[in-house]
Amino acid sequence: MSDLQLPAYARALGITVHAIEDGTPVLTVEFGRNVEGRPQHYHGGATAGLLENAGYAALRTRLVEEGREAQLKPVNITVQYLSAGKSQPSFAKGRITRLGRRNANITVEAWQTDRDRPIATAIMNILMA
Amino acid sequence: MSKDPPPAPPRFDAREASKFLFRAGHTGWLGLKFLDQGENWVELELPWREDLLGEDENAVLASGPIVSLMDMASGIAIWQTHKTFTPVATLDLRVDYQRPAKERSSVRGRVECYRTTRSAAFVRGIAHDGDIDDPVAHIAGVFMTIGMDPRQKKMRSKEMAGKEMASEAGTGDE
Repeated sequence: MSDLQLPAYARALGITVHAIEDGTPVLTVEFGRNVEGRPQHYHGGATAGLLENAGYAALRTRLVEEGREAQLKPVNITVQYLSAGKSQPSFAKGRITRLGRRNANITVEAWQTDRDRPIATAIMNILMA
Repeated sequence: MSKDPPPAPPRFDAREASKFLFRAGHTGWLGLKFLDQGENWVELELPWREDLLGEDENAVLASGPIVSLMDMASGIAIWQTHKTFTPVATLDLRVDYQRPAKERSSVRGRVECYRTTRSAAFVRGIAHDGDIDDPVAHIAGVFMTIGMDPRQKKMRSKEMAGKEMASEAGTGDE
């Protein structure tokens, strides 16, 4: 789907690139035992993993576009859980709210069947060295 | 729809519950282990694993599994504090990363539940790789109870039922 290489953790969890929209990757993960928390629902940690990877993917893609090379260092992530992730695929896409020389602020949304009803959102701060 | 939870066991015990909780699902896949517990806290371990790396070029655990570790430790710390297992949903979880975990090192997560109210539980915790005074990350979170705590039966009047319905965000029981 793209040249974007997802990290080992994302691949192990089963995260793949679903589509590229306006140059930004949309990541997806199938529901399965790897991501299950209470029966038939996503574990909050798995949802956070999807959000975080979508945030990184958005940033990496933008940096490549701009011809920049940087090592990414997470500063923080705040995840808001809005409704339970059910036993179906989830999707997530990041939006770069601000890209500076040394830091990036990214907002990420995750959804299932209805994109207008996100199941979780995240705000991430990432330093670039 | 959620069903009322089965009758509560005499006393929630994190050590015993971990055997069941880490057997399958996401936490089983991560290989979480129980380490220690107190009245309102628990410490778990996330073993180092090649396929949980955040970047292919260095042997450091990704931050995602650390969120899972701390989320799970938060839930268990809440049950320790409640002394009973009542389903909870994460509302908000913040992780501040101080530094990467050491190469090829497991990460431990200690979380305490410092406050509970009728419907919410507040947690804070530290992820470290051996020395808790040299943290990998700090976390803070708010959880919401799903369904009903057996101790609150008396409060399950019509007016409470309405409030419970209103606070079902995150449970999927809409």
